Amino acid sequence: MLTLKQTRQLRTFLLGSLAWIVALLVFFPIFWMLLTSFKTELDAFSSPPQLFFTPTFENYIQVDSRSNYFHYAMNSVVVSFGATFLGMLLAIPAAYSMAFFETKRTKGTLLWMLSTKMLPPVGVLVPIYLIFKDVGLLDTRTGLILIYTLINLPIMVWMLYTYFKEIPKDILEAARLDGATPMQEILRVLLPISKGGIASTLLLSLILCWNEAFWSLNLTASSAAPLTALVASYSSPEGLFWAKLSAVSTLACAPILIFGWFSQKQLVRGLSFGAVK
Amino acid sequence: MNTSSLPVEHSAQAEESSQSVQSQRRRKSKISLAMVSPSVVVLLAWMIIPLSMTIYFSFIRYNLLYPGDEGFVGLENYYYFMTDAGFTAGLTNTLWLVGSVLLISVVLGVLIAILVDNMFWGRGIVRVLLISPFFIMPTVSALVWKNLLLNPVSGVFAAIWNFFGATPIDWFTHYPLGAIIMIVSWQWVPFAVLMLMTAMQSLDQEQKDAARLDGAGPIAIFWHITLPHLMRPIAVVVMIETIFLLAIFAEIFTTTGGGPGYETTNLAFLIYTQALLEFDVGVASAGGLIAVVIANIAAFMLIRIVGKSLTEKH
Amino acid sequence: MKRSFVPTLLAASIAFTTLQAQAMTTVTIGTVNNGDMIRMQELTPVFEAAHPDIKLQWVVLEENILRQRLTTDIATGSGQFDVMTIGSYEVPIWGKQNWLVSLENLPDDYDVDDLFPSVREGLSHEGALYALPFYAESSMTYYRQDLFEEAGLNMPDRPTWHQIRDYAVALHKPQQEQYGICLRGKAGWGENMALISTVANAFGARWFDEKWQAEFEGEEWTNALSFYVDLLGNYGPPGASSNGFNENLALFNSGKCAMWVDATVAGSFVTDPSQSSVHEHIGFALAPMQVTEQGAGWLWAWSLAIPVSSNVKEAAQTFITWATSKAYSDLVAERYGIANIPPGTRQSTYENPAYLEAASFATTTLESMNKADPVNSTLKPSPYTGVQFVAIPEFQAIGTQVGRMFAGALAGQSSVAAALSSAQAATQRSMARAGYHK
Repeated sequence: MLTLKQTRQLRTFLLGSLAWIVALLVFFPIFWMLLTSFKTELDAFSSPPQLFFTPTFENYIQVDSRSNYFHYAMNSVVVSFGATFLGMLLAIPAAYSMAFFETKRTKGTLLWMLSTKMLPPVGVLVPIYLIFKDVGLLDTRTGLILIYTLINLPIMVWMLYTYFKEIPKDILEAARLDGATPMQEILRVLLPISKGGIASTLLLSLILCWNEAFWSLNLTASSAAPLTALVASYSSPEGLFWAKLSAVSTLACAPILIFGWFSQKQLVRGLSFGAVK
Repeated sequence: MNTSSLPVEHSAQAEESSQSVQSQRRRKSKISLAMVSPSVVVLLAWMIIPLSMTIYFSFIRYNLLYPGDEGFVGLENYYYFMTDAGFTAGLTNTLWLVGSVLLISVVLGVLIAILVDNMFWGRGIVRVLLISPFFIMPTVSALVWKNLLLNPVSGVFAAIWNFFGATPIDWFTHYPLGAIIMIVSWQWVPFAVLMLMTAMQSLDQEQKDAARLDGAGPIAIFWHITLPHLMRPIAVVVMIETIFLLAIFAEIFTTTGGGPGYETTNLAFLIYTQALLEFDVGVASAGGLIAVVIANIAAFMLIRIVGKSLTEKH
Repeated sequence: MKRSFVPTLLAASIAFTTLQAQAMTTVTIGTVNNGDMIRMQELTPVFEAAHPDIKLQWVVLEENILRQRLTTDIATGSGQFDVMTIGSYEVPIWGKQNWLVSLENLPDDYDVDDLFPSVREGLSHEGALYALPFYAESSMTYYRQDLFEEAGLNMPDRPTWHQIRDYAVALHKPQQEQYGICLRGKAGWGENMALISTVANAFGARWFDEKWQAEFEGEEWTNALSFYVDLLGNYGPPGASSNGFNENLALFNSGKCAMWVDATVAGSFVTDPSQSSVHEHIGFALAPMQVTEQGAGWLWAWSLAIPVSSNVKEAAQTFITWATSKAYSDLVAERYGIANIPPGTRQSTYENPAYLEAASFATTTLESMNKADPVNSTLKPSPYTGVQFVAIPEFQAIGTQVGRMFAGALAGQSSVAAALSSAQAATQRSMARAGYHK
């Protein structure tokens, strides 16, 4: 017979093992991609798939000699952060006023904003392309920043709105009564207490911008091309490509993945939309 | 403005105070307007300029490959899009794809979130591993799944099947939509896990303990305490995922190209065929507008179902 | 003094760089990520050294993305690219629209007449040349000599599809992961439809009759598609309906296929020891024929063209002339080995004994190239040019749609008859919409 304590320990052990198994399964494709990036092209397609092989850095060396990784990575960083920053600048005041000065139209506006996300990008490519051509925004980081800001703005406003709504109004009221202007109110009171929500909105926006592959491929040529374009230059050529593609994908995903891992705590805190009381 | 907080002594002051409340209200609405407007204005511009161009294009014959042939054609573009052999298939596949991935990510999301809510060794690492797929580019994950995992000859899955003496499943031939649902779920379950596991942390432990003392089993606790607590984050997951799932494209393009037959063609892919293969801007515009309408109906229904828990303060 | 020194230097250096930038012409090249193009990109320093006033800027993308990118750019006249890498399908269509610069005044030592006539014809519209071929391919049959020997089989120089099926039946051993034949099955106008069109041509079928009416419900197409579905469905690898060129190459190179009918350009991949585990046992034959030889092997040329929207047409022409010249071939031979010369464009390449020696696939490639004729590609007369495609703008969409239906038939999701009749309906509809049926 097991004692109560032993039962509990066993339970913890079993549940813990189960969690580990699930996590390893979920992570397996990424691990396999990483593994494949160190194989030769021939090994990458061998059957049955090999877990043990002589690793090679050949793929990374080739990627490095063929393309200027940092040029693409820099574009990704500038565009993602630029669009996120600009988006926050627009979204915070909007969400603030919607959450604290709610009117009859607020809900309608919010839903309308979300509905702008529903237009399939491929349906509006030609209009946007023509506009960009006329104003000279093709193949510029500015152009991409603008597009990304616009496509992510609804989600940012909406996330911040749900988060801000959880903040007791009295706190802001108090600041207002002390003579704070709306600007001061946002900067000194709202932002500090909603750090989590803002951090999570930032992160979500960064991830979405980093991985966006329709506009980034169709509106850029060389000078503004981000990492998604680098991946596109290695995917599906004539010939074997899995190992090289794995290498370039690893390089393209690594920055955001590592960034995500480190900020996971912040992200988790904010993404709860105030479900955490 | 401090006066408004002072106790009212004289009627004159009271009047002044009520005036100031009114002016404050007016000021408030002005502020509110000033603060919302930048977002609204840019989104309006974003909405109206391409949208009106799209509406205009949808009524003319406009093919990029035939310049100078533009004439008003009435509803012809709409007719051609809606009578396309792939339209019904596209519609049902879109709904299947969105519906199943939503279901899978909510169910698995809840289960995994509850699982990792227990204390065990290495919980931080487990969480990081669980959310990682959300950070991977859609094209990359589609290529990895298609070529390295699901390939019926050299894929990892085939090796596992062979190991157990079974015939490997030919995913993209026999279960093409299932395979795509699997890939898309792999990307979006982590998002649900991320949201729900945070919500789990705020679950009132005392409430659970009290219920346990009253003799409630784990299933009863799950139904009556855990699940109601998770309703709001689930609603958020459903909303955000729906928006992205309606537009799933890269995963289909890289794996099956919409085939075999129309098995994996969704609306987004159908519009792509018109816009970037045929370069028929007219039909693509009509298709885009139809997709917007359908998406908005879906969104409207969703909001009726889950919206209350989102916008209302509880 | 010291204080003003830095700004002056800065200003001077800025002025210097602008001056330099003015003198430099930047040529932006959009190209596919195939091996031959990657080599071209790697040879940039050689070109820039010979032409110090021209700077090359590369946009390398996957084929499908590149195609949509270039089409949007050229159709809107945006001028983002000065050199475009396009195929035999686009060149005549775009040439007709006056989107491409007609290439005259090519230098004498370029020797235009050395280009394969069929390739040159495919890149012309009404006699004017609109692009220079970078490399070209036809299709041919690859087979495993070791397996054929073992089974006592003999591959003729020009097999028929029925013979191919007999061999496939004999060599299909799925329990040993050895499949009779690998063919393209993935839906797409450039994937399964390229192969299926050549099968159909060999069976005497055509895409359109003289009045642009689709002919899918005719006897020829029914025979061709039933044959293809039976052959690949029963004697092909599992998952055939999602295999394109690359998937099949991988299967063949890892020794899983006894036969493979695909692009001649694969010749250098299957014989490359670093890519292929069976490189020593490869045999080559012409693409299979059936009732006719006409259109049995396809023709495709990756070519370099200059859009009229480019601002630096002269520099662009200097570059494309260089990249498709004999001197370029010599340069590649010197740097990467003679077998890596861009194949299929110049007759002189195939007169070079050193090349024939080094590239075991060269003779069959040459013969296939000589037999491919984009103008007379079908047994019965047809109104279009192109062997495995129809050079009209609508074809991309039609081909993709029909390709999906045929992939559905291969996967067993619909019968051959059902696939053909829906292909017929869809094609007729698109053609009616485009105004071909007046």
